Amino acid sequence: MVRVKVYSTPTCPYCIRAKKYLSDKGVDFENIDVSADEEALKQMVDVSGQMGVPVLVIDGEVIVGFDQARIDQKLGL
Amino acid sequence: MLDLVIIGAGPAGITAAIYAARKKIDFVLVSEDLGGQTALSADVENYTGYQFITGPDLAAKFEEHLRQFAITFYNGEAVTRIAWQAEGAGGGFAVESAKASYACRSVLIASGRRPRWLGVPGEEKFRNKGVSYCATCDGPLFSKKTVAVIGGGNSALDAALQMVNIAEKVYLVDINAALGGDEIMRRKVQVSPRVEVLNNAKTVEIAGDRFVTSLKVEVSGKPRELAVSGIFVEIGSIPNSEIADFVDRNDAGEIVVDCLNRTSVRGVFAAGDVTTVPEKQIIVAAGEGAKAVLGVSRYLMQEK
Repeated sequence: MVRVKVYSTPTCPYCIRAKKYLSDKGVDFENIDVSADEEALKQMVDVSGQMGVPVLVIDGEVIVGFDQARIDQKLGL
Repeated sequence: MLDLVIIGAGPAGITAAIYAARKKIDFVLVSEDLGGQTALSADVENYTGYQFITGPDLAAKFEEHLRQFAITFYNGEAVTRIAWQAEGAGGGFAVESAKASYACRSVLIASGRRPRWLGVPGEEKFRNKGVSYCATCDGPLFSKKTVAVIGGGNSALDAALQMVNIAEKVYLVDINAALGGDEIMRRKVQVSPRVEVLNNAKTVEIAGDRFVTSLKVEVSGKPRELAVSGIFVEIGSIPNSEIADFVDRNDAGEIVVDCLNRTSVRGVFAAGDVTTVPEKQIIVAAGEGAKAVLGVSRYLMQEK
C-alpha cells in the first residue's frame, strides 16, 4: 500500500482540488492541515524546502502543487 | 476539424462552454486550471443570486454546472500557441499545447489574467518561500506572524483584510499617497488595529536566508526595513494574451474586441478579463463568455 500524505490548508483551492482528485480516484491519503498545526507546517517546509501548499508526499517523493501528471505517474493512475 | 476551441476555464470560459454545449457546437475546452482567478478570490458578494459566497465555492458551483454536460475538457493543459492559417491558405486554426494540437474553425480566447510581479531583487528567489500572490491560498501559513501586503487597490485591501484574521500584524505597503479601492473596504482596513498603512512606500528589495525575513521599502524616500515572514504581492494583473500575438492588442496587452467579442482576425473571438472590456468582474466575464459563444454560433452558421 502506497502511503500518501497531503499537507494543505482548508481554503487553498488547489488543496481542495488535489484532495478531491485523490478521493475521486479512490486513493486513501492522510490530510494534514498546516494552518492548524505549526509542527506539521515546519515538517512540510523541511521536506519541500518551500511554503506553498499543497504539498503531496507519495511513497517518499515530494510533489509541490497540484501536479496531476506527476500524481498519476507516482500512483499509476 | 473542431468547430471551436475554448481556451480558459474561468467564469468566461466555463459560461462559454455551457452555452456551446447547449448550442450543440462541436468543441473542446482547454485550460491550465479550473475557476481562474475566481477560485483564488476570497469573498464574493456581488454575483447575482449569491448574497455571499467564497471564490472557491463559486468556482465549484461553476464546475458542477459545467459537468452537467458531456464536455471534452482538457484540464491542466496550458495552451502555448494559436497557429493561424492565413485566409486563402485553407483557413482554420490550430490551438497548441505541450500535449496536443487541436485544429478548429474558430477560437474563443478566455485565458484571463495573472498576477503582476514587483520586479525587485529577491522576489523570484523567495517565491513560495514567503512571497505569495494569493492570500487565499497561502495566508493561513502565516498564523500569528507579521506580514506585508503590497498594493493599494481592492485586491490589496482584500488580502489585508484576510490577513488581519490570521496574522499578528499586517503592513499595507502602498506606493501611492492614498489608498485606492472601494470606500467600504478602505474603512475596514483603516479601523483595524492590526494594520499599519504605509503610503508613498516603494518596495525596494525582499531579503531573507532560506525564507523571507524582511522587506526593504522607501517611505517618502526614506529607507525602512520591515521584519516580515510573509509578503503578499497585490499590484494588479496582466492579461494572458501572449498566445494570440497575431490579433490586435492594446498597450496593456489586452485583446481588442468589439461588442460582439470579435477580434481583429475573423474566426477568433475573445471574452473576459483578457480583453479590452472595461470592468474586470466575475459576472461581467461570465456574461461576456455567453455573448461570445452566441456570436461564434452565428459565425459558424454563416461560414458553413
